[in-house]
Amino acid sequence: MLNIENLHVRVEEKEVLKGLNLHIKAGEIHAIMGPNGSGKSTLSKVIAGHPEYTVTSGSITYDVNFRPKNVLEMQPDERARNGLFLAFQYPVEIPGIPNVEFLRAAFNAVCKHQGVDPMETKAFDAFVREKAKMLEIDSSFLDRELNVDLSGGEKKRNEILQMAVLNPRLALLDETDSGLDVDSLRIVSEGVNKLKTEDNAIVMITHYHRILNYIKPDFVHVLADGRIVRSGDVSLALEIEDRGYDWLLN
Amino acid sequence: MTTDNETTSPLAQREYKYGFVSDVETEEFPRGLSEDIVRRISAVKNEPEFVLDFRLKAYRHWLTLTEPTWAQVEYPLVDFQAIQYYSAPKNKGDGPKSLSEIDPELLATFNRLGIPLGEQQRISGVAVDVVFDSVSLGTTHQAELEELGVIFCSLSEAIQNHPELVKKYLGKVVPYKDNYYATLNSAVFTDGSFCYIPKGVRCPLDLSTYFRINAAGTGQFERTLLIADSDSYVSYLEGCTAPQRDENQLHAAVVELIAMDNAQIKYSTVQNWYAGNAEGKGGIYNFVTKRGLCQGKNSRISWTQVEAGSAITWKYPSCILQGDGSRGEFYSVALTNNKMQADTGTKMIHIGKNTKSRIISKGISAEESSNTYRGLVKIMPSAEGARNHSQCDSLLVGDKCSANTYPYIEVKNNTAVIEHEATTSKISGEQIFYLKSRGLEEEQAIGLLLNGFCKEVFKELPLEFSVEAVKLLEMKLEGSVG
Repeated sequence: MLNIENLHVRVEEKEVLKGLNLHIKAGEIHAIMGPNGSGKSTLSKVIAGHPEYTVTSGSITYDVNFRPKNVLEMQPDERARNGLFLAFQYPVEIPGIPNVEFLRAAFNAVCKHQGVDPMETKAFDAFVREKAKMLEIDSSFLDRELNVDLSGGEKKRNEILQMAVLNPRLALLDETDSGLDVDSLRIVSEGVNKLKTEDNAIVMITHYHRILNYIKPDFVHVLADGRIVRSGDVSLALEIEDRGYDWLLN
Repeated sequence: MTTDNETTSPLAQREYKYGFVSDVETEEFPRGLSEDIVRRISAVKNEPEFVLDFRLKAYRHWLTLTEPTWAQVEYPLVDFQAIQYYSAPKNKGDGPKSLSEIDPELLATFNRLGIPLGEQQRISGVAVDVVFDSVSLGTTHQAELEELGVIFCSLSEAIQNHPELVKKYLGKVVPYKDNYYATLNSAVFTDGSFCYIPKGVRCPLDLSTYFRINAAGTGQFERTLLIADSDSYVSYLEGCTAPQRDENQLHAAVVELIAMDNAQIKYSTVQNWYAGNAEGKGGIYNFVTKRGLCQGKNSRISWTQVEAGSAITWKYPSCILQGDGSRGEFYSVALTNNKMQADTGTKMIHIGKNTKSRIISKGISAEESSNTYRGLVKIMPSAEGARNHSQCDSLLVGDKCSANTYPYIEVKNNTAVIEHEATTSKISGEQIFYLKSRGLEEEQAIGLLLNGFCKEVFKELPLEFSVEAVKLLEMKLEGSVG
């Protein structure tokens, strides 16, 4: 579904990713771990198409209608409409726009892209309420301005609500677990598990092992100094929990 | 002002779709201003003595004044002798006739502007008076309004048919000595709209005036007078466009509103005069005096404006809250881009007891433009229990633009409660990226952000205007958010 080959990325003048390879198939869950500054967030931003990150060499392809497509030639919105989703580490505040209105605009942008009619306001309201309920989000939350005056945990939950509404084929969760208390982490994780099918894939970027207790990854990768230095199964995460990253860096 | 008549390149028209010129035969006065020109304007309109007197007093007073320079705008002093003070489509100079006799070229012009005047396609629910250069071409839905006793016609027509009303109210709210441009307007105004809503009538149609400047080298000096008698209600809309020309053109209008006991006037403007090109060449100088008098008890006047055009805007729609319990409101979105300059705001003068005012100003500046809010809240000694709430928000797009806020507050009665809030924010690349990463196209993302910023003002606009306003702002900002 997503293939990254020998990816080199610069942010301003600094090379952050230095030859990264990653292969993700439908139905898989991947976890990417790594020390601070190793390039984890850069990876997610590049896949989503953030304009400040420049790919200097290498490729990213993503399957659209079962054919690999060069992601780097697609605008961020085009990527999103084709089922790529990034749950932001720091969701952005958009004053004046109610959450539900934003969700409807995003949902209908995908509908339009897929050539189906947009959902009526009323039907959409019911649809969103059901998703909110699954994530134990109070419905008053839907009328609040997008991410404005929400706590860190609420913002993260809101990202997963967006994921539930947009139902992406490939979801990148960038440190969704940080800032969540134990109960929220459980609720959000259960929500993500419910959204998981054989046809979609999830990439979790995380510092901590604890989210992996709820969402079980098929693969764990360690990203250090711009490359994936080790891949394995969930036992690799346990080992890191135990020993830290130092032993992998030499 | 230059005398260069060339319109700018077709390429630039992409940004301003109203930039075309209509080819109509006109009757024009020579350029320049003199007592003779003032007399000729009055004569061509066959005006009664009192109007000519008003003009002459104003003209003589104007000669003693100098152009004000306190606003935060920069431009070469206007050469008033280079302007033409009267230009009217032929056959219309001797007073308005029925709309069905209008030159087809003019009908086509207004069709292109989205204001169909033909009997068949007229916009239902809105009565429109169209002003083309110096004269009103006519007013739709007049018969329907007459049944209710509502008078809605051009000011020229009102001077002929309702001189007693005009005499009573002309210059009452904005006296001819008021300020430089209002004084000039008082001397040379050529037309405008007149509206009278009788006692107890809730006007079922929105009343609307559409101003179009067409001729080159012409100034537009229209004057609108709107009176809402006791217990009446009216919603009034105003729209403006002009061709794209390399020269600057002057628009110096006066609007006077009067609300009697319990009357309510809602006055909405979408101003989209040509703003000049990206280098700041050409565009309208929009120097306008708008003022409402809440004369009666519990009367209410609200100004809602979306200012998106003009090279320079100098405009402070104000309310004089004379009646006890009266209310004044000002809701404004002012957008500047390229090298546009806007110095706009309001004045709320509290005289009566328990008067209230509310000011919501949203300034959006992009590129190298300058956007200034200037507002005065004045509480007179008689205004026991007055209240004001002001909120002035600025949104910056890019880092070469500027936004300024000058709130002036004068309180002479210590029972007053005054609140003022101000914020400055930026449309950030992160916000755009966030919205795009959810599948929204860039234009849609910007539209959403603008909508969010301007929401409190847009909700005051009549529905069809608010849709138009969002589109207008999106179009103006296209490509300027990085």
